[in-house]
Amino acid sequence: MIPSAFDYVAPTTVDEAIQALSQAGDDAKILAGGQSLVPVLRLRLAAPTMLVDLNKISELRGVRDDGNVIVVGAMTTHHDVINDPLIREHAALLALATQTIGDPQIRHRGTLGGALVHADPAGDLLAPAVALDAEMVIVGPGGRRTVPASEFFVDLFTTAVQPDEVLIEIRIPKKTGWGAHYEKFQRVAQAWSIVAVAAAVRTEGGSIAEARVALTNMAATPVHATGVEQALVGQPATAETIRAAAEHAAEGTSPMSDGNADPDYREHLARVLTQRAVASAAGLAA
Amino acid sequence: MTRITVMVDGVSYVDDVEPRTLLVHYLRDKLGKTGTVVGCDTSNCGACTVHLDGRSVKSCSVFAVQVDGSEITTIEGLARDGQLHPMQQAFHDNHALQCGYCTPGMIMQAIDLLGDNPDPDEQTVREGLEGNLCRCTGYQNIVRAVLDAAEKMKPAVRAQQQPSTVVGGGI
Repeated sequence: MIPSAFDYVAPTTVDEAIQALSQAGDDAKILAGGQSLVPVLRLRLAAPTMLVDLNKISELRGVRDDGNVIVVGAMTTHHDVINDPLIREHAALLALATQTIGDPQIRHRGTLGGALVHADPAGDLLAPAVALDAEMVIVGPGGRRTVPASEFFVDLFTTAVQPDEVLIEIRIPKKTGWGAHYEKFQRVAQAWSIVAVAAAVRTEGGSIAEARVALTNMAATPVHATGVEQALVGQPATAETIRAAAEHAAEGTSPMSDGNADPDYREHLARVLTQRAVASAAGLAA
Repeated sequence: MTRITVMVDGVSYVDDVEPRTLLVHYLRDKLGKTGTVVGCDTSNCGACTVHLDGRSVKSCSVFAVQVDGSEITTIEGLARDGQLHPMQQAFHDNHALQCGYCTPGMIMQAIDLLGDNPDPDEQTVREGLEGNLCRCTGYQNIVRAVLDAAEKMKPAVRAQQQPSTVVGGGI
């Protein structure tokens, strides 16, 4: 199908983009990689009157080192995230999760910022952002503000980004030397995650010194599995410890029911996948 | 209408397009490049895959207005002087098509795949083609063709042939 008609602007700076959004009002939509938005427009599930395309704003692309943090431009494509040496070294979890998104063609166009602001609960980058304590830098007419990932995701397809604001970069504290794994359960290769688990673990002398675990699609927003983390920290990195800790995975979740799975099954998946994700992150065979 | 200037298969075009026109519709309906086909309405099938500035994309998920100033290669731009691109030839040699509908997208994605990894194993080929569906389920010969093309496109082999005739996929 062909989308409804809309006006189109492609600003070259963030300021121009914000100006265009402010002028267009609530019916404008930002076009990032377009790999979710264009299909939605084509099916006429949305009909914005204006698209503000960020693809010509070169300052929004790329990854840079900023001391203890790596800074990823919001328009950096999935393909570039996967292949970026800084991300692979200091935020491996993000690269691993990004690798599971869509297919090569989609990863050439789709962007980190677009996926985060789209905030599909089955999207694979929300849980890693929470697990990695990422911070989102948002710019609007009122200036610049920084929102932690734990407060960024507000509801289904809803984030802290307001209609006249733009997510410009994602700041990720370095987790150098941590083990990481993203364990995803899906029906077929291209399907959305039914449940997935993002885990990053720092081991020290055979024990788990620090652990970060977050869940995909176990609620309207990504779930930070603090119960699992608390049960892991200070324990020996063994299969038994990890299995016991993973029993906490469904705590604090509110999984939905759909054609793929009912809530009980999703809770079961959360426990099993958490065990696998943490074991792999800790360097044990799952 | 918005004016775009775009290079498609080596020819420069200047056209006025509606912002909502998808790249695939621009290629087919405006330029007559019907070699690029529409196979689905969900962005799953990959039949409409083309190269946008050297990278494979699904042309149903990009607006024509977005490719202003860019370079596009379609399946129609691969052959040179009547000689098929090695990937096209490999699909022919290995009987890698049944109904042929997925073939343009398969070939464009396969060329991109070899640009990233000139010497892939079978698993890498299968994963590299995960965004391209063959409803005839003829994947065995498609994978075989890509591996065959990889072998023939290796630099040492290529040097003995005609290197200037090879385009696309960052080769």
